[in-house]
Order: sequence, then structure tokens, then C-alpha cells
Amino acid sequence: MIPLVDLAVIAAPVLGLLADVWEFFSRGPDGAVTFGWVLGRIIVVLIIVHVLLILSALMVWAERRVSAWMQDRLGPNRVGPEGLLQPLADLGKFMFKEDVIPGHTNKLMYTIAPLITVVPAMITFAVIPFTGTFEMNTAGEEAAVSWQAADLNIGVLYILAITGLGVYGITLGGWAGNSKYSLLGGVRASAQMISYELSLGLAVVPVVLICGSLNLGEIVAHQADSTWLVFSQPLAAFIFLVAIYAETNRLPFDMPEAETELVAGYHTEYSSMKFALFFMGEYVAMVTGSALLVTLFLGGWTFFGLEQLGWWMGLLIFSAKVLFFLFAFIWVRWTIPRFRYDQLMKLGWVVFLPLTLVNVVLTAGAIALDANWIYWVLPLLVIGSALGAAYIGWKQDEHKIKPLPDAPGVAGGGEEA
Amino acid sequence: MTVALFLIFGATALASALLSVTRKNPVASAMWLVLMFFGLAGNYVLLEAYFVAAVQILVYAGAIMVLFLFVIMLLDLRREQLESEPQPRLPFFGVAAAVLFIAVAAIALLDAVDAGVFPDAAARSTLELDGSAKAIGESLFGTWVLAFEVTGFLLLGAILGAVILTKRRLT
Repeated sequence: MIPLVDLAVIAAPVLGLLADVWEFFSRGPDGAVTFGWVLGRIIVVLIIVHVLLILSALMVWAERRVSAWMQDRLGPNRVGPEGLLQPLADLGKFMFKEDVIPGHTNKLMYTIAPLITVVPAMITFAVIPFTGTFEMNTAGEEAAVSWQAADLNIGVLYILAITGLGVYGITLGGWAGNSKYSLLGGVRASAQMISYELSLGLAVVPVVLICGSLNLGEIVAHQADSTWLVFSQPLAAFIFLVAIYAETNRLPFDMPEAETELVAGYHTEYSSMKFALFFMGEYVAMVTGSALLVTLFLGGWTFFGLEQLGWWMGLLIFSAKVLFFLFAFIWVRWTIPRFRYDQLMKLGWVVFLPLTLVNVVLTAGAIALDANWIYWVLPLLVIGSALGAAYIGWKQDEHKIKPLPDAPGVAGGGEEA
Repeated sequence: MTVALFLIFGATALASALLSVTRKNPVASAMWLVLMFFGLAGNYVLLEAYFVAAVQILVYAGAIMVLFLFVIMLLDLRREQLESEPQPRLPFFGVAAAVLFIAVAAIALLDAVDAGVFPDAAARSTLELDGSAKAIGESLFGTWVLAFEVTGFLLLGAILGAVILTKRRLT
């Protein structure tokens, strides 16, 4: 039996270390250690994670119902009111399905790949300010504390860094599956992500330039003070939106899982809950992407002064904006057909990359000269040239379609030569 | 606590760096290298260089290693191919790299001994070390602008070289 004195000798450094750990993680914004601060953060993190999970489950339901609505059919409406419990039933099915790990796969990579897709999508949300601040008593005095899980000074960079990691899950999943379709999906995913991450990052640069801060809370505050950035940076906002669609592998850019070409792409070899995790990762990434777009370009949780009613109003405004963009994800899916792979890469490298680069230079110039009209030069040029190109194409098509007398039913005009 | 975290991150970085050069499977190597970047980024955070930490993950883990992975998968080398590949033996370059590495490590160690491994807040303020984006931007485009431009030209040269190597015919 160990004497009590020895126990104390062993326990002292352990307790000291625990106290150190506690100190390290429980420092509030002003450096004071408070129990309320830690508890509050833990609760906020738990709420965020659960809201994200429930929202992604509901998105599966919304996806099917809205798709059905757009195609004039009913969709799942049996489980619960309006089929709202359908995700729960699906989850039960996924849970109890046999978890097959094919023998020809790399077991370790095969198992961790779905996790790598979900986790980055989820932890990105930590720095997004979803509503204003609240008063909290820290170290004896009232201080305004923001609701988001972590108020990082380099929030924008953190988000760009973490969202870029989600692609590892898809790429490794495709590789570990060790079949040609999943490998093709994985390779496509990595190429697509690199191409669109550049435009994504460069589309955010004007935002940082105008707001003069990498802190998402300050970016929102700046927009509330002046104007939403979508009005001064419409082109950056549009490119950001498109890049988000590419980063989340949603139609029209779902090349990694294009089911008409690659069976199911990177998750062809997956079954049961591992497959569901890939699914979940995609939906959580959609929620995070929408939240980012809203925060960076659409004023975040502010709406022309309405948010001053209280933090709950900010939350409502933020949710409404995010839900609109989530709906837009489904809307676009059934509106725009899938791009061809070479078109996708061309759009990323030949169109978006130069446009965002020029936009960054012009924005910097506009700030240096203090001339806001410069913001609109590039967007108007782009819209003008797009309209011009459309007009020329239309004229040429009109010219081409006419003479086809001897070949009935093969009137295939309108394609480029 | 800082020291404990430093040891954890440092050990992670060292172990995964070692594993990344010893693995036979190129994909496993690449993934260990990604973990190494995370260990490094953790240490940058401990040094309060948040900007460098984020850029480390953004550039190396998020972009460059994805590109590596893409190339590895595209080549899809089999184990036999990897082992039958003749290993180029260039002792001169090996020795040169080792000497350079030891020199850099020695300088860094001496510096660290001078400054104390973890300079406290007072010492740091006298050193004017600041990990914010502004401080880094000012020193990069102010004090070190020549080095920055030279690096830019070096990278441009590398890009041009890559283009010339991949273009079979130049007319």
C-alpha cells in the first residue's frame, strides 16, 4: 500500500498541471479567470454543433421536398408532419445498415476519410458571428462579450485555412476506396478545390481591404456602419458564391460525385454511417458556406438597424439570410445543368482568377484614391462583355440554324464548331 | 502549460516528419507531412504568431499538399515501381544539405538561448515582436522588401521553368 505522503508527492504535480490546464483555457477576453466564461463557451459550442447537425439533417429533407416541389411531385411526406421526421428515419436506417469495409481498401484511410470531411466543415463555424454581443460580468465589471464560440482576430484566415482541409476527406476517401470511379472522383476533387480556393481567397481580399480587419465581427460592424459589401463588391460576392458551390461539390459543380459519369464518385465504395458522414459533411459545409457569404458580403446579423431590438433579432436576421442561401443551393441544383470538367477548370483558372486579381488591384486603387466609383468599373465591364458575347452568339446561331432542308430531325445548330 | 503544449506540438511535428520520410506509401507520407504542418502551426500559435500559423495551414496544408496528393494519385505508383526505381546517389548534395541544416539549427538555437526559449511579455515588447497581420505586412513590405521581391522573382523563374519543361515544342 502506498503511504499517504507518497500520494501527496505524486498528486502535487498532477494537480499543478491540471490547474495550469484550467488556467490556460479559462481566461476570459480581459485575461481574468471565471467559471461563467468557460461554462458559457462550452454551452455555445454545444449549441452550435447541434444546430449544425440538425440543420444538415433538415437540409436533406428540404432538398427532397423542394426538389419534388420544383418537379411537381410530392416527395417524402409520410414520416411525421409533412415528412419532417424523414431524416430521423434515414438516420436509423444508416445506423443499422451493415458497415462494409471492402477488402481491397486501405483500412485506416478508408475509416478516417469521412471524419476529415465533417470536422473542418463544423469547426469553421466557431468564428462566425451569428448575432451581436451580450453583457457579462467578468472580473467585477460589465463587458460586452460576443456570442460566437471564438472571437479570432484572424477569423478570415482561419476560415480559409480550415475550409481548405475538407478536401482531404474527399480525396483520401476516393483514393482509399481503391476503385477507378472513386479514384477519379478523388482526383477531380483535389484539382477542383485548388482551382476554386484561389478565387475564393482572392474574392475575400477586397473585403479585408475595405474593412481593414481580418476579424469577422469587425467586418460585420463595418458593413452595419457604411453599406453591405455586396453593393460595393458585387463581382467579388458573385465569385465567392460560385466558389462556395464548387468547394461544397454542389451542382452545377459536383464533378467529384457526378453520378452519370462516376457511379457515385469518391464515395462509391462507402456504405452505412460512413457514407452518411460524407453526406453530412457536404450539408454542414453548405450551411457554413452560406453563413460565410452572409457574414462577408451581406451584413451578417445586421439588417439596417433592425438588429438593435436585441440579440434574438440578430439571430433571426442571420438565420433568415442563411436559410435563403440554403434554399438557393437547392434552387440552383434544379436550374443549372452540370458543367463539363474542362469547362469547370477553365472557368476557375481563365475567368475567375484573372477577374479576382484585377478586382483586388482596382479595390486597392479605389481605397488609395478614395474614389468609390472604381468599385463598379469591373462589374459593369463584366456584365457588358457577357451581354455582348451573348448577343454575338445569338446572332451567329440565328445565322446557322436556317438551312437544313435534306436532313429532317438533325437540326443540331447552335453548338459551336 | 505553454511548455507542455510546446512539447506536445513539437513531438508531433518531429514524429510525423520522421514518419513522412520513412513511409513507403507516398500518400501516407503526404498525410504525415500534413500532420507535421499542424504541429508547426500549433507552435506558431504558442508564440502568438497567429497570422503565420493560419497561413501555414492555408498555404501548405490547404493548397500545396493537396496539389502533391493530386500528383501522387495521378501517377499512382505501385510499390514494385517505387522499389525498382534506381536511387540517385548524390553524396555532395546530401552533405551540403546536412551542413546547411546544422548551421541553421545552430544559429536558431543560439538565438533562442539568447532570448530565452519563451520570452515573457516584457522581453517580447522590447523585441517588438508582434504576430499580427499588420506587423508582418509592415516588416515584409518595409524592412525586408528587397528579400521579398527577390523571392518573387525566384518563384517567377520557377514557374517559367516549369512551363518550358512541360511544353514539348516552343515555337
